[in-house]
Amino acid sequence: MTKLKPEDLSGIAEKVKRTMLLREGKGRVRVLVHMGTCGIAAGARAVMKAVLDEIEAKDLRDVLVTASSCAGLCSREPMMTVQVPDQPPVKYVDLSPEKVEEIFTQHIVGGKVIDEYALAQGSERML
Amino acid sequence: MAYRTNAMICTCTNCVSNGALRVKEALEAEIGKQHLEDDVQIVPTGASGLCVKGPILIVQPEGIFYQLLTEKDVPHLVEEHFLKGRPVKSLMYVHPGEETPIPNIRDIPFFKNQRLIALRNRGLIDPDAIDEYIARDGYQALAKALTSMTPEEVIAEIKASGLRGRGGGGFPTGRKWELCRTSSETPKYIICNADEGDPGAFMDRSVLEADPHSVIEGMCIGAYAMGGSQGYIYARVEYPLAIKRMKTAVEQAREYGLVGKDIFGTGFDFDLKVFQGAGAFVCGEETSLIASIEGRPPEPRMRPPYPAESGLWGKPTNINNVETWANVPVIINWGAKWFSDIGTDTSKGTKVFSLAGNVNNAGLVEVPMGITLREIVYDIGGGIPNGKNLKAVQTGGPSGGFVPSDLLDLAVDYDRLQEAGAIMGSGGMIVVDEETCMVDMAKYFLKFTTSESCGRCNACREGLQAMYQILTDICAGNGREGDIELLEELAPAVKDASLCALGRTAPNPVLTTLRYFKDEYEAHINERRCPAGVCKALIEYSIDPDKCKACMLCVKNCPQGAISGEEKQPQKIDQDACIKCGICRDVCKFGAVKVQ
Repeated sequence: MTKLKPEDLSGIAEKVKRTMLLREGKGRVRVLVHMGTCGIAAGARAVMKAVLDEIEAKDLRDVLVTASSCAGLCSREPMMTVQVPDQPPVKYVDLSPEKVEEIFTQHIVGGKVIDEYALAQGSERML
Repeated sequence: MAYRTNAMICTCTNCVSNGALRVKEALEAEIGKQHLEDDVQIVPTGASGLCVKGPILIVQPEGIFYQLLTEKDVPHLVEEHFLKGRPVKSLMYVHPGEETPIPNIRDIPFFKNQRLIALRNRGLIDPDAIDEYIARDGYQALAKALTSMTPEEVIAEIKASGLRGRGGGGFPTGRKWELCRTSSETPKYIICNADEGDPGAFMDRSVLEADPHSVIEGMCIGAYAMGGSQGYIYARVEYPLAIKRMKTAVEQAREYGLVGKDIFGTGFDFDLKVFQGAGAFVCGEETSLIASIEGRPPEPRMRPPYPAESGLWGKPTNINNVETWANVPVIINWGAKWFSDIGTDTSKGTKVFSLAGNVNNAGLVEVPMGITLREIVYDIGGGIPNGKNLKAVQTGGPSGGFVPSDLLDLAVDYDRLQEAGAIMGSGGMIVVDEETCMVDMAKYFLKFTTSESCGRCNACREGLQAMYQILTDICAGNGREGDIELLEELAPAVKDASLCALGRTAPNPVLTTLRYFKDEYEAHINERRCPAGVCKALIEYSIDPDKCKACMLCVKNCPQGAISGEEKQPQKIDQDACIKCGICRDVCKFGAVKVQ
């Protein structure tokens, strides 16, 4: 093991930054993969794997992923919701691992919503 | 690996003894079964704080808090939460007196009202992973001190912060460092006192188990400031897990060049050893601790000379407690001004308390100085179980005293507690309810100090024994007129004629109970009555015939067969056979069993 110099600390911190942000619940983008029984039957687990692979491949440190329950539109599963602060959440439907890759490239990294895959922007009104 | 979920399972000594490792194994197995091993990372952490609810699991990034887990809960939890994203309500925290569970740890009053400095990394990092400590600004303060501050500047910063020793005495840390710095002899030794011995106290253990590197970093900074070259972490032998984690941490720091020769490539050398304590309460006293490291029997000696002039092997030595060291890196990183804005005029920063006794949320709390006892006991602690009333709060362990419930709005700092007759101590805080006998409590603490007295000073060895005998007699119904006066005469004698803090503070529990609860002593002695219904020689159990429904539950549960009566008629207790165990009162659903 090489001995550290003061400037090496930030490099080590950067390596585990994603893990630390995850534990502090802090992230720029939050991705919810809907994993109800309907979602899993339609292939949500492959979608979840694709999401994690994309984060790994693109080395994204500020994207948090959570499993979420059925979103209520079982016929359009697998679904995921992308939440960027100060923007209405976007629900994507009928997903496949390939579509996930596109959504990551264009929306999560590029900032542009893919209208073609999106069901709607915004959430249901609560109460 | 890009995990989406971190399952932070508390593996502190409390949770482990409640089965946390079995829960962890079950989690690993179940996550494998559901093929989630690439999604969920299991992270063992130190104490999360709400120890009474262990084993505890915190799921991030959602921040869901699960409590009182058993391995049987795990399959359902993994399928529902980790696979399907539906947090399990039945395993969440419910505030006393309410019904709705609180899912998020940030919304639980116990956590919400705390301010973390010494425990800043608790539940957030794996204590065995130095990289995770570094990711939370770890070793930045050491780098800053070594590369941009002179030793004098470091001491000035610590002085300006107003940090006082967290081990009990409350001596200003910066001044202590300065005394050691100005000693001309070398080598100088730097010691961490981790010989936490107060009954019911586990602050230091939690810091060592949850965040060992914070202590190492603090000690390295102290060594630089004082010119120390060798350090010892003196940990009590009863803390095997803390010792293990501390040793791992020292080795990791050594591999990174943060302990040993030429730290950070700056030419500064400081080596560190973990020393297993000798297993006596008195070892926590600094001169006894030094004797113990030297291989001599742990007995205190006269001071002066203070350890800063002549300590370990006659060389200048600085001793600070675990929590004090853990505060140091934060002060260097954030500055003295930031730190001194927290707290009261004379006590700056925060204090860690281990909240125990008759309180709903027993556990580890870190709060700003100046918070009231009421806030600690009711807002954070969730109040007294079973709707009972608070009688007193005991602070400072066997060296401390009892603060009665009418002083509940007392601001907690070194000086206010002292005025009330108690002490801050190292942070033990025991809550006692109305069914606690204060004479019995004083007896309990005196029994502890009597057996832990090293025997060196007559006053402590014989005086405490005499006081303990008087208290035993009072509780046994053999109290005599004049006992209270004799206790009041003995207490200052023991304090004045003892060398070390053990003897000088041991009478405190008796003195404060006499000050605030003299009526209980008098009831024991003059009326042969224990008002709280605790002292067995002075109480009698009986069944109220008006309330007894003849359900026979007490009859079935009495280990002595002392309860009998006719069918469907109120039952009676045979006083000769009764051993006053109280089981009948505990099992009675109608409140028919009385204690007098």
